[in-house]
This record gives sequence, structure tokens and C-alpha cells, in this order.
Amino acid sequence: MSSAMINLILGATLDTLYMVAVSGLIAAALGIPLGVMLYVTRPRQILAQPVLNSVLGIITNIGRSIPFIILMVAIIPFTRALVGSSIGTNAAAVPLTIAAIPFIARLVEGALNEISPGLVEAAQSMGATPWQIITKVLLPEARGGIFTALTVTIVTLVSYSAMAGAVGGGGLGDLGIRYGYNRFNPTIMLITVAILVIMVQGFQSLGDYLVRKSDHK
Amino acid sequence: MIRLQNVSKTYFPTSKRRNARGIEALKAVDLHVPQGQIHGVIGLSGAGKSTLIRCVNLLERPTTGTVTVDGQELTGLSGEALNQARHRIGMIFQHFNLLTSRTVYDNIALPLELMGMKRGDIRERITPLLELVGLDDKARQYPAQLSGGQKQRVAIARALASRPRVLLCDEATSALDPHTTGAILELLRDINQKLGLTILLITHEMEVVKSICHRVSLISDGELVEEADVGDFFTSPTTQLGRDFLNDFLELEPPAALIERLEETPGEHSHPVVRLAFSGDAVSTPLVSRLARECGVDVSILQAKVESIQDRTLGLMIAELMGDAHDTRRALDYLRNHDLQVEVLGHVQRDD
Repeated sequence: MSSAMINLILGATLDTLYMVAVSGLIAAALGIPLGVMLYVTRPRQILAQPVLNSVLGIITNIGRSIPFIILMVAIIPFTRALVGSSIGTNAAAVPLTIAAIPFIARLVEGALNEISPGLVEAAQSMGATPWQIITKVLLPEARGGIFTALTVTIVTLVSYSAMAGAVGGGGLGDLGIRYGYNRFNPTIMLITVAILVIMVQGFQSLGDYLVRKSDHK
Repeated sequence: MIRLQNVSKTYFPTSKRRNARGIEALKAVDLHVPQGQIHGVIGLSGAGKSTLIRCVNLLERPTTGTVTVDGQELTGLSGEALNQARHRIGMIFQHFNLLTSRTVYDNIALPLELMGMKRGDIRERITPLLELVGLDDKARQYPAQLSGGQKQRVAIARALASRPRVLLCDEATSALDPHTTGAILELLRDINQKLGLTILLITHEMEVVKSICHRVSLISDGELVEEADVGDFFTSPTTQLGRDFLNDFLELEPPAALIERLEETPGEHSHPVVRLAFSGDAVSTPLVSRLARECGVDVSILQAKVESIQDRTLGLMIAELMGDAHDTRRALDYLRNHDLQVEVLGHVQRDD
């Protein structure tokens, strides 16, 4: 294999990692709070707001029901306004982030739902404010579940990022399609797939480790 | 210390259906627990025990009525003021409700963190508490590594951390085995005496009431139907439900073979079978021989036991009174006149 080819693969790997890291971090920063909101505004919860809860739920569902490839092209004007371009890795990170936020939010909501209501009741009996219940009870108790949610999200982002080529985002998926499929180079195809497999395994193992470490049940 | 006045709680169904009637979990409950007392509320499941205890610290807001704890009316409070008031009310639960993500030490620290206490002050508070509940060597362990009894000890230490005036116990021993239950009850009695803490507990176990309560209320269908000192309740409950609880607890039922032969109405040739409960002076009276001598009735004892309830002695007996109809009626009158609780269970045909 030529050194040009190796550089191409290396560059594509870094592009994929960059897209996944940027979108994963931003989506976590926005998706975890959204997931908490979805949970605490439920009826009979500590900040029950049934109307707000329904609105958030509907928005989240819309976000989750749009196929990623359509979302990517549909928000091109928004992407351009945000990062100044509609092509490239930064441009691809925008739809990846938008797709990941509701995904994380629902998973986090599910993780919070696993917490025994008795713990919240105990905190209330000690005079905890809703904010204290979120920061001292809900989030620490759901830490393992949140790590699981983030791991699933990151792995999903790796596979979504393969579609980023459609907006000139680059990355391993794009490389595999352009060189492996369009130019009939099965070696490139295999190498990109192999790197993606290793990447996913790595993220999964890291995630599992963090879940194990935070689980004292 | 704790005063509930006319407290009721109605749960309204969430459905939008018109005319949907609410469920009355509590009906106009009045309850007063003086400073330093251990008060038990006993009842069957679904009687409203949980709702009652949750109304005391307003985990459930009463539909009507007022709740006053330590001279402060809680029902008038909300938000920050209510949270401040809750710092002075500790609560423990059937399923302990410890945070799995925190060590024993950090669980006990939680209420103090919530109050905004400094780390150093927290440490000073927790060390004696760990000693009090006998867990000084477990500070760094997680709840999952502890037994049920140890978890409840952590929960008790956590409830005491903010130095409350009142401790609420929600079925605190119901998930524990009998031996551990005894140890936890002993701890509760200990802190009641050492710290002068007022304790309100709910339970379905007579054993709990018997071993630590000073006073007891009986709850049925959302109403407090009976309230008495524990000694009185165990010797002479005034309601049928109270008698049922007592008989279940004492396991004093006539033998099955006898129950089959019992008839409700007295016949020409039948004997009454009675359940006798006696306390106070009657315990030391030579009852059986007096019946024989003074009423000419023979007494066949089917079951008997003597229980000591705190500082009182309670005698119980199931017996068949053998004699003719006139004599047995005299015998029953004699027993009633000597301060015995007499319950005629039925009549059996004479064997002869």
C-alpha cells in the first residue's frame, strides 16, 4: 500500500474521531440536562410540569424520528449559519450533535427512571430542594446508567459519521465508499471497516469500565 | 411535640372522568404525641398508615387539617421554610432508601450537606453517630456490602445527623428478620431514652408495639379507631379489630378439632367454651379452684399462657366450663365480676 494511501486512512480515522468527539461532547452537555428535564417534569415528579413535559417529549420524539441522512441535508442552512460552511468535518458535526441530543436525552431519562422513588422521598424528607435532589441523588445514582447511555450514543455516532461523506464530512465511512466501493478497492474497504470495528470495541470497553467503576449496587 | 388536627387526605383520580370520586385515605385524624414518647400506629395494609406518617412531614400534603411539629405548624409552610422544618424531622423507611452511590459515611453526611454544613463540622457530627449505631468500622463501605440490619442502622444514623426533635419510622423493621428486628428496636428505644427523641412509628407488627411503644393507636380504613397506653391495649382492647390483632399476636385460638364442634347457641346438653384474659390482681388469683368451689363448675383448660407486656402481666386462657346451664351462667357472672375479659367462643355438646 502506498504511503499516500496510509496517510489517507490515517486522516480519515482522525476525521471520524474528531466528528464523534465533538458531537458526542456537545450532545452530552445538552442531552443530559434535557433527559433530566424530561424526567423531573413528569407528573408526580419533583418538578411536575405536565405541559412542559409533553412539549419536550414531542420535540424529542421528532428529533429521534427523522432519518439521519435527511436531517443532515435538511438543516444545511442552519449548519452554514453556525459553522460558516456546509461541508467538512465541522459541518458534519452539527447534524451529528442534533441527532445525538434527543437520543442521549431519552436514554438518560430511562436511566433516571431506574432509580427507586424511595431515594427521592428520603431526600425530600431531609429537606432537599429539587436542585439538590438532581445533583446529589438523581445524577450520582444514575451515573452507571448515564455512562451506558453515552457509550451507546458514541457507538451510534461512529456509525452515523459514516454518512457524513454525503456533506463532504470525510471520515472512514466516506473513505470506504469512495475508494473501496466506487473505485473497486476491496483492501481499503476492509481496512476502514476493521478500523471502525476496533474503534467501536474500544469505546464499548471504556464505557463498560466506567459503568463498572461507578456501580456499587 | 407532634399534633395532627382533623387531618384528612383524599386522593383524586387522575382521569378526567366527571363525578370520579376520590379515595379517602385518611378521615379526620386527630393525634397527639407528647415530647419523648414512642407512639405506635398499627393497622392492616391499606388502612392508611403510610399516608398518615407521610402527612407528618408533608411528603403527602393533607387535604384538610393542620400538622404541628415542635410548635411549628407545617401545613402553613412551603418551599424553603418547609425544607428548613424538615431538617428537624428525621425519617427512616422499610427499604432503608440509602444512596447506593455513596459510602456509609457519605450517606450519613447527606442531610448535613443539604443543610450547607462545612466538611469539618460534618466529620465531627458523624463520628459519634457511627459509634451510636455500632458501625464505626463500616464508614468506608457501600450499602450493598451491608446486611439489612446494618443498612437500617445507617439510615437511623442518617436520620439523626441533623439532630431532629422527632423521628418518623415507616415500617422500619418490616423487611428485617425477627432477630435483627429486636436489635433495631433496642437501638430505637436507646436513642429515645438517650436523646429524648419523640418517635412516631407505623407498623403492622404487634411485636414492635409491645416491645418499644408507650402508646398505640389502631388505624382502620383511614380512621384512628382506638388509642390507649400499650399496657391497656394488650390487656383490654376496646374494639373488635384490637381484639383480632391481639389474638393473632398471642396465637391463642382454640384447637381446630374443637372449633368444628362449636355451636353458636347453647343447647340442653352443652358447655360454654370461653376465652379469658386477665391482668393485674386477677393474675394471682387461684381462679380455677374458686370456680369449682363457689360455682360448682369444673374447668377444663384447653390453652393458657402468660405474657408480660412491658411492666404488666397478662394471662390468657381458653377453657371449657363444665356444669349445668345454671351453674355455668353463674360462673360466667363470677368471672365478669372479677375484672376478667370474658368472650364466649361457642358451646360444645357434652361428651357424657
